Formats: sequence, C-alpha cells, structure tokens
Amino acid sequence: MKQPPKHAPSRVASTADLRAFQRMMASAIIRPLTEEDKLQPRWIDGRPMDEVAAEFIKPNDRLTSFERLQLYNRMYWFRLFDAIRDDCPGLIAALGERAFGRLAQAYLARYPSRSFTLRDLCSRLERFILERPRLTAPRTALAAEIARFEWAQTVAFDGPSRPVIAASRIARTPPSRLRLGLQPYVTLLALRYPIDTWIIAVKRRDALRSEASNTPDAAAAVHRAFRRVPLPRPRRTHVAVHRHNDRLFYKRLDPAAFRILEALGKGSTLSRAIAAAGPRVKAAQVKAWFKSWMALGWFCAYGNKQRPDAS
Amino acid sequence: MPANQFNGYKEYGIGIGLRVPHYSHILSKKPVVDWFEIISENFMVEGGRPLHLLDRILEQYRVVQHGVSMYFGSADKPDRAHLRRLKALVKRTKTPWLSDHLCWGSVDGTYTHDLLPMPYTFAAARRTAEKIRQIRDYLEVPLCVENVSSYAEFHASEMTEWEFLTEVVELADCGILLDVNNIYVSSKNHGFNPYDYVNNVPHHRVGQMHVAGHTKFEKYILDTHDHPVLDPVWKLYAHATRLCGITATLLEWDDKIPSFDEVHGEALKANEFIDGAKRAAV
Repeated sequence: MKQPPKHAPSRVASTADLRAFQRMMASAIIRPLTEEDKLQPRWIDGRPMDEVAAEFIKPNDRLTSFERLQLYNRMYWFRLFDAIRDDCPGLIAALGERAFGRLAQAYLARYPSRSFTLRDLCSRLERFILERPRLTAPRTALAAEIARFEWAQTVAFDGPSRPVIAASRIARTPPSRLRLGLQPYVTLLALRYPIDTWIIAVKRRDALRSEASNTPDAAAAVHRAFRRVPLPRPRRTHVAVHRHNDRLFYKRLDPAAFRILEALGKGSTLSRAIAAAGPRVKAAQVKAWFKSWMALGWFCAYGNKQRPDAS
Repeated sequence: MPANQFNGYKEYGIGIGLRVPHYSHILSKKPVVDWFEIISENFMVEGGRPLHLLDRILEQYRVVQHGVSMYFGSADKPDRAHLRRLKALVKRTKTPWLSDHLCWGSVDGTYTHDLLPMPYTFAAARRTAEKIRQIRDYLEVPLCVENVSSYAEFHASEMTEWEFLTEVVELADCGILLDVNNIYVSSKNHGFNPYDYVNNVPHHRVGQMHVAGHTKFEKYILDTHDHPVLDPVWKLYAHATRLCGITATLLEWDDKIPSFDEVHGEALKANEFIDGAKRAAV
C-alpha cells in the first residue's frame, strides 16, 4: 500500500480524496497492536493517535474517535491471527504460542494480505521466516520447512487440477520426446526433517486435546495435560503432498523417485527424467512407481501454466 | 416486491447460509430447505473438495451467491482476475442474483478482509455506483448491495447512511440486500432510529433480506452472527416486510454454529412475521 496522506482529507469530493481517505484508514487499521492489544498511541509521524483519529472519525457519547478506530484495528488483527493459526498448527507446535504470535505479527506487518481470500495468507510465510531468521532461532530451518509443508497442504486442498494425461498418449510418444506435467496440486518436498509424520502427530494431539474438553474454563488445564509433541530429529525425507478423491495425503518418495518427478516437473523428457534417477535404479522399480503415480492421476499435459505462482 | 428485477424475479422463501459444520448433515439427510446462500469466495478456488461439495449441493438445492470481497466502495478499479473467477462461479451456480456489501476493504491491492464503512458523500456514491454498474455488466447477473454494520462515522460524511444507500442504488440502478440486523446494530452504535432507515430506503429495490444475531457490549454492539436473532431485530424485520413485501430472507449464523436443525428452525421463525405481514395486507 502506498504511503497514507499526512492528514485525512476533510472532504471526500473526488475519487482521489476517497483513495486518500482509504489509505489513511487502512494504514491505521493494519498497524500492529501494542503488547496490550491496543491501537498504537502514536501515528507514523509521531503525532498522538487520538489527534489523528479525531481528524476523520467522529466520537459519540460512549466512544472516542481513538476507541472507534481501535475496534477496527483489533478486529483486523484478531481475524488474521485466527486465520493464520488455523493454517499453521505445526508452526505453533514447533515454536510455542508466544514465539508464533511474534512471528505472525511481524509477518503480517511485512507482508499484509494481497489476496481477496484469507486462504492465501501463508503463501509468503516460508520466505519471511528465511528473511528474518532471528524470529525463529534456533529453529529457523525447521520452521521454514514446516511453513513450506503447511502451505503445500493448502495447495493440495483446493489447488487447480488439469486433465489427467491418457496412458495411450504416453504409450505412443517416444520417451525421448515425451514431457509430462505434474498436477499443480502436487507439491514435491525434499526436507531435512520428517515433517509429514510429525505433522500427523501434532494433528492427533490437537484433535485429542479438543475432544478431551470443550469447556472454556478447563482449556488451560487441558492444554497442560497434553504434552508437547517432541520436535522431529533431522532425517532426510522426500514427500509429495497431494490429494486423492478430495482428501489430503502425504506420500513418501524414494529419493530416486523424487528426482524423476522433480525432473519431469522442470520439463525434462521422460527418458532424461528416468536417467536422473541414477544407474542403480532398476527398470522394474521405475515401472512400479509410474504405475502408482498414474493411478493417482498425477500426470497432465506439460505446459507453461502447470505450476501457477502461489504468491 | 417479492420477485423483482433485482432478484431475477424469484420468490425464494427462507434460506440459510451453507456452512462447513452442516455439510455432512445436508448431504446425508437431504433436509428440505428453500435455498442456500454461499459465500462466493469460499468457492472461488480452482479445484478440490470445495467445488466437489458445491456441485453436490447444486444437484439438489437452489443456491444464491453472496460475496465479501468485491468492495464496491474501494477507490481501486475492479480486479479483472477476481471478476473472471467470480463469473466462472456464477456460471457454475446459476445464481439468479448476486450480492455483496456497500463498503470498502482494500486499497492499492492490500486487503483488510473487513467490511469497512464508507464516508457518505456524493462523490463516493458516484464512484461506487459506477463500479457496481461495471461489475454487473461484466457478470451479467442482477446485483443487490447490502448495508453493513459499522462502528465508526466520519466527519467527511454529507448524508445519512440510508440516504447514501439510496443514492448509490438509484445511480447504479441495482437492488438492495436489506440486512435488518446490520441496521439495528448501526442504529445502536450511532444513535439513530432504525425505523427511519427502513422507512426511507427505496422499497421496490429490495431483492433480499438478512437477519442475524449480534452481541451487546457496554458501549457498543458487535455484529457477531453467533446468536439467535434478537426480538428487536425480528420486529424491524416484520416492519421491513410490511413495507417491502415478502422477500427472500436469509439467516446468517457464522460463528459458534449449532446444529443444522437449530439454525434452520431459527430461520423459519421469519414465517411468523411473514404471516403477520400477510394478515396486515389483507
């Protein structure tokens, strides 16, 4: 968003005035809350915020201009925090509530939503974690992988699909000329940690915690009663996050199988992709992998639009 | 006004919002419901479970689209990519009309994901009406704009909210989705008489109504959609129905959502007030 005007327009007599008014109010609403979840007491130019709010918002007999603006400021942050929490149970489990809260606020301040839908809120979270490693230290590498994994789940849930390529077309095209696209909802991940099994454990723990009590007063006690899921130990892991019959799945891949799929995704011909698997991989093994991937409907025609930009 | 050009000449009765906790009940029990309102943005995706579920609902029910991100009042131009996605969904659902809010919520492509109130000025009304016309012409479906609940008023405003709503819909020649709960909430927050609002909007343009629950705090009321409809809102709804005629009505219940039967039962209470309006008309 462009810089707000120094002062809110006193009149809205044109589209330019309307834009200036909206920049002013939106800038105020998306400013981070204070530690006490309040509107910041000073505006970006150092003036008292109550003076700035009073320039464009009327007070009433119960609320000051500042308090009325604060309602919108709080609703903005609470809404976005709720949305990002829903999408990031793994990051919360890995970092803890407080560190995650700091990360979320810093992320949303740096990258406010640029999409009409909250579904896209976490599309730049991995990038931000790597840009600001102090926020997640000493677990930055793990946090970045979890963010990438959790975004892959969003893509797998409702990302686009392309028509599955017919087996007959594959059969009649020489491998040296055949290029296959991967379905856009399939994300291939080469990870330093086994995030897939760890996320499953976190989800099971969260589901059990939710089942144990839905009484708000007991929430803190229930929270204490359920232990933290131990953080994963480093172990090279290759996984595809995908969907099948509209359900989310994580499929572990042999490193050689991963290399084949990765090469196909980058536009290699089938013969080059299979060569990327390495000389030790047997033809029967490759055939079995392809049989499984075909059954899952992972392949589509290779084209320019096969990997839509998530950001 | 029960069926008019702004709701595709449909008499749709009483509907409820299609919400995730009710999916399994609806698909397995197939309850009788006049119609469902869907949040367009929940289905403006390119694949996966949301669209599959929507198609199953469309096989059995009438669906009307309601949006939360068109931001008719934003100074920004309409987003063409957004409109293309929305039009694809309109074709899929065959919604007889489409609604969104008289508000703004984004500027320079940054989204607040809120329904922010407008400064009620003639220039803002002209700009908003122009956008509504452009969007309707592109989507080729009747549009109704919904009044929002608000917690702030602006020094720049030149008229009341209902005068602004009237100015916009007359200039745009579009319909109104009259949210009587929002009128009630705003009337308490800003100290106006909600009946003045309902009395002074162009009744012939009302294509749909919303009712919902709200939450009272010490100094203001929040439009939370997490309660049954309160009595003053039902009374205002009855009054609006007498003035506008029996209009497609929808109960919004978006948080702390109870069972399907409870939500549907609450919505059907509107029948009492519709019957009252019928008797008054005789």
